[in-house]
This record gives sequence, structure tokens and C-alpha cells, in this order.
Amino acid sequence: MSHALTTAERINAALRPIPKWLIYVLGALPGVYIIVGVILALNGTYDLFGSSLGIDPAKTIEHWLGELALQFFIATMVIRVLRDLFKLKLIKFRRALGHLTFFYIVLHLTVYLWLDLQWGWSQIWSDILKRPYITIGMAAFVLLIPVMATSNDSAIRKYGPKVWQNIHKLTYPALLLGGLHYVMLQRIWDVESLIYLGVICLLLILRGRALLPKFR
Amino acid sequence: MANRYTSKLSWADVTPEHMFLNRRSFMAGTAAFAAGTIASPALSATSEYSTDAEPNTWEEITSYNNFYEFGTGKSDPAEYASALTTSPWAVEIGGMVDKPGSYSFEDIMSQMTIEERIYRFRCVEAWSMVIPWNGFELADLLNLAGVQSEAKYVAFETVLRPEEMWGQKRNFIPWPYREGLRLDEAMHPLTIMATGIYGKDIPNQNGAPLRLVVPWKYGFKSIKSIVKITLTDTQPEASWNMIQPREYGFYSNVNPNVDHPRWSQASERQIGGGLLAKRVPTQMFNGYEEEVAGLYENMDLKANF
Repeated sequence: MSHALTTAERINAALRPIPKWLIYVLGALPGVYIIVGVILALNGTYDLFGSSLGIDPAKTIEHWLGELALQFFIATMVIRVLRDLFKLKLIKFRRALGHLTFFYIVLHLTVYLWLDLQWGWSQIWSDILKRPYITIGMAAFVLLIPVMATSNDSAIRKYGPKVWQNIHKLTYPALLLGGLHYVMLQRIWDVESLIYLGVICLLLILRGRALLPKFR
Repeated sequence: MANRYTSKLSWADVTPEHMFLNRRSFMAGTAAFAAGTIASPALSATSEYSTDAEPNTWEEITSYNNFYEFGTGKSDPAEYASALTTSPWAVEIGGMVDKPGSYSFEDIMSQMTIEERIYRFRCVEAWSMVIPWNGFELADLLNLAGVQSEAKYVAFETVLRPEEMWGQKRNFIPWPYREGLRLDEAMHPLTIMATGIYGKDIPNQNGAPLRLVVPWKYGFKSIKSIVKITLTDTQPEASWNMIQPREYGFYSNVNPNVDHPRWSQASERQIGGGLLAKRVPTQMFNGYEEEVAGLYENMDLKANF
């Protein structure tokens, strides 16, 4: 008689048949909903959002997208920790979650540049240089560009696993900067954003030394 | 003596006809305000300073607020401010005044002339509205108490009532909220105590029953639901300045040339334009430069931000 299945093994078995594309579809839904809603609203065709947008819709959407980006980012990064601590095998979903994170960051940035700053480039540059929370948010985005560019199988073959892993360790400083960006944009010590930062710090602590780049 | 200042914007510019008529019938039924009805003289007010800014709706003005006593979200005040009891209400006026004491709201209102003031309102967070306030000049209230010659500043405090204002149970701001003005700023005819919006009693989320409005300063200077006014000869404490002196100066005059570490003050987004709310350049002293620049002559506005 084989041994009784552990909880982790049972969860792993249940997750095995879930296809990756389902993660993409479900994960993209909120973003697609927002994009469609914005297009319909700008056309004046239909009000998808109702009163949920509030009095300053551009800011509301900017914040929705920023929070979604941070949530997907944390979900992506927690997968490795769940394997280390609980032997949960979610790695096959990680790339999808990572791509979705980048999708929401790009949408968040687009709304900031378009609806918020309205392509006022002189102010965009001064914001990036002089407003620390924006500097930090931008830095996080820049760090993720090489990660996104190599987030595919052919890049692993091209660079080899060691170099590839080092590139992808950029996600950790980017995650920390993302959490700081959220905390710093608040005018006071805001509980919700501090919880996000707390979770991020915990993740970094759990990964610990493994995060240092390997050169040999 | 009221009516020292007249806005170039008139009621006809702001209020849709049906609301306008409602307001008049409302006023007609409000006997307590009879002495200072906002009806006739203001209706014909000609504007000295024209602006093409669209006035905001009642809905926008009363559901998008910063009033951290009721939570930090913009819609929190509208949701929770009904818990505040605003009647009875009294303002303790003290310090360097001839007649210190507790002034009841009714007592104050019976002696004040209520006017309409359609002001631009600029938040430090780089958004703005145009608001048709009703109120009286702060100078009139201060003169009622008799300002003594050695007084140089005016300190204000919001009511402290954590059982009605749940935000005050959290210590992110040292409560009660407090603000201050230099005496000449306080006595300036643009500086008012607002008691109404669009001819209706001011809603709790906007600072009922009376709040300061200083239109050339960032909105947080315009302290709400005031219970204490103290005349002093030393610069008073101001809540945001106490928390983050690097970000919020005592003066906090609207100034597009003085950078803020959190928001560029060069431009502002006009609330009310929906998704494509327009971003426009911010004006020096929020467009009241002609009236107030003289208060700050020979002052380094970058050092005294």
C-alpha cells in the first residue's frame, strides 16, 4: 500500500491538469475589462464602471492598475517560496503570472503618462527626476525590461541557465522598489500599503542568500 | 463690514436654473439666515477676475474630499461624516482678544453677513475645483472678538471627537487638526469662513458647520469644523507641517515655481472632466496674485514655502 498523500501532494495533483493559458485568460480579465471600459467611456458608448470610478476616474484607474501589478508581482514571486517551504509545485504557472505583472505595469504606466500627465513631457521628466516615489517606480519598471525580454524558453537556451537566472534575480530589487513606490506615494503611513511592503520584505528574507548573484 | 470683495463670477455662471430656483426657495424658508441672506446683492455681482474654469457640481464638491478625521480615501468623508453632530456648535475664541469666550454658531451667524464667494480651490495633491461658497469674512468674526494690537497670528483647531470621527482613533496625524495664518492673511478680505455651498448648509464632509477658506493657499490650510480660534504672537503649529515639515510649509501658498517632493505644483488636473480631466498650468497664488502678492513683498517664497 502506498503512503497517504500529503496535503501538498494532493494540491499538486489537483493543479496539474490546469493549463497555462487559463492563467493568462483569467489574469488578463481585469485588465481587459478596464481597457474596454475606458474605450467605451471615451467613445461615450457605454458606462461600464458606474459609480466605482468616483469623481477622479483617471486616478482611480491608475491606482487599480498599480495595485493589480503589485498583486500579480507578489503572486509571481511567492511561487518559489511556496515550493521551498511547502513543496507546492506551481512553477509552471510562474511565467504566465510574470507576464501578467508586466502587462499591468505597462497599463499603469500608460495611464500615468496619458490620462494623468497627458503627455506633458517636461513634467514627466521632472517627475521622474525629482519625485522620489516616481523615480523608484520607474527604476522598478526599467529593471523588469530585461527580465520580460528574456522571459521565454529561447532566452534560457541562448544565455544558459546561470546567466538567465542572474538576469531574473532583478525581479527581487524591482519588487522591493514597487512596494516602496506604493508606501511612499501615501501622504501618511498607510496601513494597506505597509502590509504590501511587509509581505514583500518577508518574501525577500525567506529567499535570503539565494538571491545573491552566482558567478561560478 | 462685509462686501469688501466681490467675485467676478456670479451665481448665474454657476448654478443651473432649476437648482438656482431651489436655492432661492430654500433661502426664503430659512429665517435664521434672514439677516445675511445670500440672495439678492450677490446675484448681480460683477466679476473682477474672469476665469474660464467650469464650476464644479454639488456632487463633485461633496463626494471628493480630504478630511482624514473620517478616513484617508477621497470618498470616505462623504460616507462617514454624517456621524458628526454639528448642532449645538460653539467656537472658543481666545488669546489676544478683548472679548474671549465661547461663541455659539447661532450667535455668530446672527451677527455676520453671508455672501457668496466663487473661488478656485487648489489641493496640494495637484487637483483643483471651482467652488461656490457661502460665508462671511474671517475679519468680521475676529473684529467681533476684538483683536489686540500685539496679536500677530491666528491659530485654528478642528473639533476633537474620536467617537464621531473614527479617523481620530488612528494616530497618523497628531489630533486635533490645527492650522494657522499670519494676522494680515487672516484679515484679508479673500479669507472667509464658509458655512454653505450652492446656497445650502455646508455638508459635514466639507467642514460643517463652519470652515476656513483661504483660496490662494493649498486646500489643507482651509481647516474644517472649527471649534477654537486663538490670537497669538507666535507662529502657530500646523498639522501637516508638524508631520512633514519638508513637504508642507507654514505658508503653503499656491506656487507653481516651488517644487514639492511628492507632486509637481506646476500644473493641476481640473476635477470634473471625467477620464480626460484637463491638466492646466497652475497660477501663482492660485490666480489671486493681484490681491495677495502684497502680503509677501520682500519675502523669499522658496524659503518660506
